[in-house]
Amino acid sequence: MTARSTRPSPSPSLHGYSLSRRNILKGAAGAAVLGLGLPAGVARAQVELGTASGELTVGSNYSNALPQEGLRATIDAFPNENVTILLNEVDHNTFQENITTYLQNPDDVIPWFAGYRMQFFAAQGLLGPIDDVWDSGLTDTMSEGFKLASTGLDGLMYFVPWTYYAWGIHYRPSIFEENGWEPAATMEDLQTLASSMQDAGLVPFALGNDGRWPAMGTFDQLNFRLNGYQFHMDLMAGRESWTDERVRNVFTEWEALLPLHQENPNGRTWEEAASALVNGEAGMMTIGNFVGQIFPDGDTSDLDFFPWPAMNEEFGTDTIEAPIDGWMMAANPQNVEAAKELLYFFGTADAQQTYLSVDPSSIGASLEMDPSNYSPLQQKTFEAVSAAPFVTQFLDRDTSPEFAANVAGQAFADFLADPASIDAILEDMQAQAEVIFAE
Amino acid sequence: MATAAQVQTAPIPAQAAAARRLRQFEGRDRWIVLAMVGIPTILHIGLVWIPTVASILLSFTDWNGIRFTEMNWVGLENYRQIVTAFRRDFYQALINNTVLLIFLFLGPTALGIALAYMLDRDIRGTRFFQGIFFTPVVLSLAVVGFMWQSVIYSTENGLATQLFGGGNPVDWLGNQSFVIPIAQGFGVSANFLAILVAIAWRHTGYIMVLYLAGLKSVDSSLREAAMLDGSNEWQVFRHVVFPSLKPINVVVAVITVIEALRAFDIIYVLNVPRKTEVLSILTTNNLLGEGGGNVGRGSAYATILFVLCFGFVIWYVTNHYRRTQEGADE
Amino acid sequence: MSAATATAAAAPTTAGSRRRARITPGRILLYAFIAVTALIWLVPIAGAIFASFRPFAETVRDGFFSWPQSLTLDNYRGAWEQGDIARKYWNTAVILVPALIFTLFFSSMVAFVCSRFSWKFNILLLSIFTAGNLLPQQIIIQPLFQFYNRVELPEWLSNSGRLNGSALGIILIHVAFQSGFCTFVLSNYMKLLPKSLNEAARMDGAGAWRQYWEIIMPLTLPAIAALATLEFTWIYNDFFWAVVLEQQGADRPITSSLANLGGEFFTDDNLIAAASMYVALPTLIVYFALQRYFIAGLTIGAEKG
Repeated sequence: MTARSTRPSPSPSLHGYSLSRRNILKGAAGAAVLGLGLPAGVARAQVELGTASGELTVGSNYSNALPQEGLRATIDAFPNENVTILLNEVDHNTFQENITTYLQNPDDVIPWFAGYRMQFFAAQGLLGPIDDVWDSGLTDTMSEGFKLASTGLDGLMYFVPWTYYAWGIHYRPSIFEENGWEPAATMEDLQTLASSMQDAGLVPFALGNDGRWPAMGTFDQLNFRLNGYQFHMDLMAGRESWTDERVRNVFTEWEALLPLHQENPNGRTWEEAASALVNGEAGMMTIGNFVGQIFPDGDTSDLDFFPWPAMNEEFGTDTIEAPIDGWMMAANPQNVEAAKELLYFFGTADAQQTYLSVDPSSIGASLEMDPSNYSPLQQKTFEAVSAAPFVTQFLDRDTSPEFAANVAGQAFADFLADPASIDAILEDMQAQAEVIFAE
Repeated sequence: MATAAQVQTAPIPAQAAAARRLRQFEGRDRWIVLAMVGIPTILHIGLVWIPTVASILLSFTDWNGIRFTEMNWVGLENYRQIVTAFRRDFYQALINNTVLLIFLFLGPTALGIALAYMLDRDIRGTRFFQGIFFTPVVLSLAVVGFMWQSVIYSTENGLATQLFGGGNPVDWLGNQSFVIPIAQGFGVSANFLAILVAIAWRHTGYIMVLYLAGLKSVDSSLREAAMLDGSNEWQVFRHVVFPSLKPINVVVAVITVIEALRAFDIIYVLNVPRKTEVLSILTTNNLLGEGGGNVGRGSAYATILFVLCFGFVIWYVTNHYRRTQEGADE
Repeated sequence: MSAATATAAAAPTTAGSRRRARITPGRILLYAFIAVTALIWLVPIAGAIFASFRPFAETVRDGFFSWPQSLTLDNYRGAWEQGDIARKYWNTAVILVPALIFTLFFSSMVAFVCSRFSWKFNILLLSIFTAGNLLPQQIIIQPLFQFYNRVELPEWLSNSGRLNGSALGIILIHVAFQSGFCTFVLSNYMKLLPKSLNEAARMDGAGAWRQYWEIIMPLTLPAIAALATLEFTWIYNDFFWAVVLEQQGADRPITSSLANLGGEFFTDDNLIAAASMYVALPTLIVYFALQRYFIAGLTIGAEKG
């Protein structure tokens, strides 16, 4: 059980992306992006569907069995028969670790993450703008928040949203029912629930931090619950300090919660931790919906989640973490027409439905998705995300990837191993943040 | 060879010797010789040495690995950052490389010599045992990584857990607490010790084979004579066998130092548990990692690694070729 | 002393002629120590092989070392399909065979000129080659990638149209990097061949090429064979170059594509075990078939210190 997949790991956005139509923007940088808009007078070109032909290369980091099968099925469903699609399948970790060199000799269509992580490469000139793909109809079928998450810093579109999922406290309803437990609405409830689980011989929280990204999820929840969405995003962008008293509070709370988590998380993969949830050894797990892939045959009928309880009245539960995955186009694709047609296709409910019918661990990005096709878990995710005033991506999608991978990941692992050293850890984080965000 | 060098009391000046030798080739032949040396040399220098020099130069820039236009000369800034903001990673890596070096000498090298010495004593099935000890050296990393991560060190199911866990799971690769503290916040972590065991498993056979070959060239009559003198086994090894292995010792020393500095692959396939970072891992993380990586800082790590390796390389190469030059001029 | 060791290395059988010692308590201890150590050495390998024949559910339930309820080839079938092993073997062969040939060819030429004739840059050249082999790969990779990514190649040589992403690029860096070690070893070996060979050949009117190809190379064959086995495993096992220099997953050699076995192509440990066996198999076959050359290769290189 040591297959160590790093899953969806996501990077920095200077602003959040509300998925609801009534988009609320507070981030200063977010407003700036909106302000840029499209240069006036640019003709609104559209992609002419069905005209492309020839070969098209498409990258894929969908290397787990279900996602791989799902993507292949979607590609097969691409309506333009004149285009031969060559899928370049690379394992997820290798793809991620070599993204910078890959993008300098990429496939025409590239899988990636929305927000800062896409904007960074767009700003480097490695991606091609696809405003015409959006103008062919996506503008009407995607939420404003998703559109914003797909916009480069220059105001042009570079990304087509495809699927998203939510983070929360996942649990097995059948076990809760058996023991008469209820999802926790407050921190007191959570403590009571956890004690009750311990009495029943369960570890309250499963946690596996091998790969050093899963614990970021817990940090995110604690930080935006305690300090609010805006502070969280400012911290991610390097505008707030890691030595701030508010950040220190997060770790005080976290340390108090550690006895409720599985011991020695750093050597455990998230899959192993999830097995503890599946086997009924652990009661809950702070993770994304993709945990459903660990359930036997991907059957999520006995899986549900509830949001992390409010920790600060001022903010309540106003923020949800919902990373968006999607597709981009290379700066100089060999087959522009076919690339744009496929990107448009990926943005449609049809394509997303085809994918989700194989891998139902996420939600389609298109507003035209028929919610009646969703499982109860998907339904719940859809509603929770739509209702949330603020949506974050994930720590490694919301901050500089370099900071996430080389600083935050290490720091959280060090904290989990030795919580008492948190002050020294935070000082180091701040020193490194200053170097990285100055660049 | 030593005697040859002594006989050569007045070496011919190198210039004259060269002129004399090259005259061996006339016209077309000279071009052929030039091509025979030139093509491989251009390839080697072009793809190995020029990139090396380029990396050293890049370490003085803030380049992100994508567009040359966004490259600025920052002087020693990357190095300053490494010893300030990133000192925790950097010094821990230095400690790990040093511990690895010491360990390779005390563990695999000592065991390798011992095994070689034993296998050289007319053991039945020498080839068979030799084969077993050397197998880890030829195994691909994919297998080595799987073996140690899952078969041996898996927290719940691994053999190490079954043998030493006393029924409890043991977090072999995730336990980053310091077993040997060195300074505030620095030390040798438990998971690094676990990785050292895996490295020893892979390295011992290599050393053993080198010594085994060296031992075959030790004059067995010397050993027998010493035995007749009443020396015990250890004394014979210490005073007769080991000194005659000097050339091998030099090679093993070089291999060990270089391998300890360059160490990368086992730690990499074990997913770089926290606190087991070595210099090559820091280099790779910064150089190739996501977010444009940070080629400037990555190159600075690489340059530090290079300088450390190069000291030994220079020492070894000059040492080696000074001696062979003496030989060649005979 | 070099001459003595060279013959020993080239003919490793000569050592076997000593009398067999009597059985003493000391020798029993010796056997016991070696046997126990060998057993310990085998454990991880045996564990991986064992796991590769067992179903996933069983290992999870009982641990890696437990009495098997059932043995199966399913993992091998599954890994062959999911890992696209046949294709990956082919990719490896396309890189490995030319890289091996050119490494030996190039380094033997340099070794020949530098060891058989003295000229001004002899030592310098050999030093450059020897030292080049000892560099960390990481210091080369980023500039090399940038260079490769700017060299255009015709379609028939490279799918990507550039040196980056072509088998040729990976072959070239293998040849450049590995020729360091081979030049070092071969020049040591050639140096020990009698000088009179060249003199005689020159009398016969043989030019440089004929001296190299017809006189020296045949005599160097034992060293070449030894190096070939060594280089086979080194080039085969390297995963670093291709991970960075080849972006198409389907074109990567087997070690690069499967180095990160947990990296999601495979869903369970027993499948990973089987896949890793596929990766290991070629080097194991070469090693056990050619063990003698193998060890000779290492020792020729080592002894000339």
